[in-house]
Amino acid sequence: MKRFMGAIALVALFGAGGAWVLTSPSLQATGTEALPGGASNLENGRTLFYAGGCTSCHAVPGAEDKTRLGGGLALHSPFGTFYAPNISPHPRDGIGAWTPEQFVRAMRAGVSPDGRHYYPAFPYTSYQRMNAGDLRDLFAFMMTLPAVEGRVRDHDLPFPFNIRRALGFWKLIYLDGKVFEPAAGKSAAANRGAYLVEGPGHCAECHSPRDRLGGIVSEQRFAGGPNPDGKGVVPNITPDASGIGSWSKSDIVELLTTGFTPEFDSVGSNMAPVVKNTANLPQSDREAMADYLKSLPARPSAVKKAPK
Amino acid sequence: MIRPVIVVAALALGVSAVVAANDPIAERKDTMKSVGAATKTGAAMAKGEMPFDSVKAQEIFKAYQQAAQKFPALFPDNTKTGGNTEAAAKIWEDKSGFTAAAAKFEKDAADAASKAADLDGFKAAFGAVTKNCSTCHESFRMKKS
Ligand code: HEC
Ligand code: HEC
Ligand code: HEC
Repeated sequence: MKRFMGAIALVALFGAGGAWVLTSPSLQATGTEALPGGASNLENGRTLFYAGGCTSCHAVPGAEDKTRLGGGLALHSPFGTFYAPNISPHPRDGIGAWTPEQFVRAMRAGVSPDGRHYYPAFPYTSYQRMNAGDLRDLFAFMMTLPAVEGRVRDHDLPFPFNIRRALGFWKLIYLDGKVFEPAAGKSAAANRGAYLVEGPGHCAECHSPRDRLGGIVSEQRFAGGPNPDGKGVVPNITPDASGIGSWSKSDIVELLTTGFTPEFDSVGSNMAPVVKNTANLPQSDREAMADYLKSLPARPSAVKKAPK
Repeated sequence: MIRPVIVVAALALGVSAVVAANDPIAERKDTMKSVGAATKTGAAMAKGEMPFDSVKAQEIFKAYQQAAQKFPALFPDNTKTGGNTEAAAKIWEDKSGFTAAAAKFEKDAADAASKAADLDGFKAAFGAVTKNCSTCHESFRMKKS
């Protein structure tokens, strides 16, 4: 039913006047700004790589070495199955032949070097918050990783979701193209935490319910919801009683370091790969993220209780 | 005449034992709760919040081994849902993978026990064996509510 309604909505939108023009990827100015000069900072790039959790989706499934970004993982969604592509520095099969500018445009505007829209299964709705200098450093770091041969199969999407052009509409609604702006009255650490969680960390992408078109319901951001992969639920991580209101800052830092909750349960399903990434961050960054989670507005859980 | 009485008594006993063990979902959740409790003690010792105690260290790894041994049998086909279980469908789709994950947990816990004579040995062994928690939960455990 969900899929059907989505299809109707998309087709209706697509049929509307001027549709073709409105959906053009070249209309999007986002991510075309000039990159800062000077040498790239590989250490900063490494931090952003782990903050961004790129390995969760792009690492070769089942492989021990998570820095081999050959892709292939199947990502299930209400719109069909996506297969994470090869983003290793392989010049033919990965992104080794890309320029840093092309990479920034992919991450911030969701537009490919050949001018097509990417699906938001690639969470550029969060990555758009990253600034150009950080993205340049991230790209430079990724170019130091192993080149993996082999292209990944195409996505498996039914009509109308297989029409990339229609994503132009989706982006008009859900992609604002704004880089994260540090808040003037807040400490550097508080701004760092907000940047990491909202930008590279893309925590809201899983920890929020979505509407029919697959966009995050903003009033319930971070309040949990059905798992986007269609199985199970993702918990509320706002400081509400139905969320993690009883957790201390160090409880959250512990979770992002070892995966243990205060009851010494170990987080599983698709949070386990997130922790494998955040475990590689500097301690100060995990602390900043924990502070930011604790500063979020408390919201009642958007997780529907399963029938007992 | 005595024989049938014994048989009946034995049957009755057998039946009551089955009734007691007839809630595999509750039993496997309790098993994991005890694993969680042991892990809490272990983490406190590893972080120096509690003095290192080699007897306690052995108890932790013993608890892991015992849990791992009985765990795979607590997932009969009629317990895929209900009782607030967080067991993922994959347990039944990939039974051999699940059994292997439990066996690896048991083996790693036995290895850990042999290496935990002092605090440094314990820290390394505890870190290694607790990798099993997230690996198994990643594939086989899913929050459902
Ligand atoms: C939630 C899963 C997920 C995560 C996390 C993720 N990606 Fe992706 N990525 C995808 C999917 C799916 C696509 C394919 C999108 C499409 O085909 O429209 C993609 C596409 C890409 C592409 C375009 C590749 C091409 O061949 O055109 C780049 C570049 C990329 N991702 C970089 C990254 C980086 C860098 C990170 C970490 C900061 C990251 N991704 C994290 C799912 C993910
Ligand atoms: C790919 C989806 C996904 C992403 C991205 C994600 N999470 Fe999670 N998160 C989950 C799931 C699923 C769980 C429940 C796991 C379990 O308990 O087995 C979870 C659990 C948690 C918990 C524990 C909550 C509780 O009540 O037990 C915290 C805290 C958390 N996530 C924080 C974060 C932060 C911070 C980020 C961003 C760095 C993040 N998550 C990104 C899916 C995700
Ligand atoms: C072989 C797989 C496996 C391993 C290894 C494993 N677990 Fe679990 N664990 C599970 C499954 C499956 C469940 C869900 C059981 C259910 O709800 O029916 C679970 C549930 C739990 C729970 C929640 C219990 C409750 O319902 O209150 C805790 C706590 C827990 N595990 C802790 C741990 C810790 C700590 C470790 C490592 C020391 C660990 N587990 C290792 C499979 C495993």
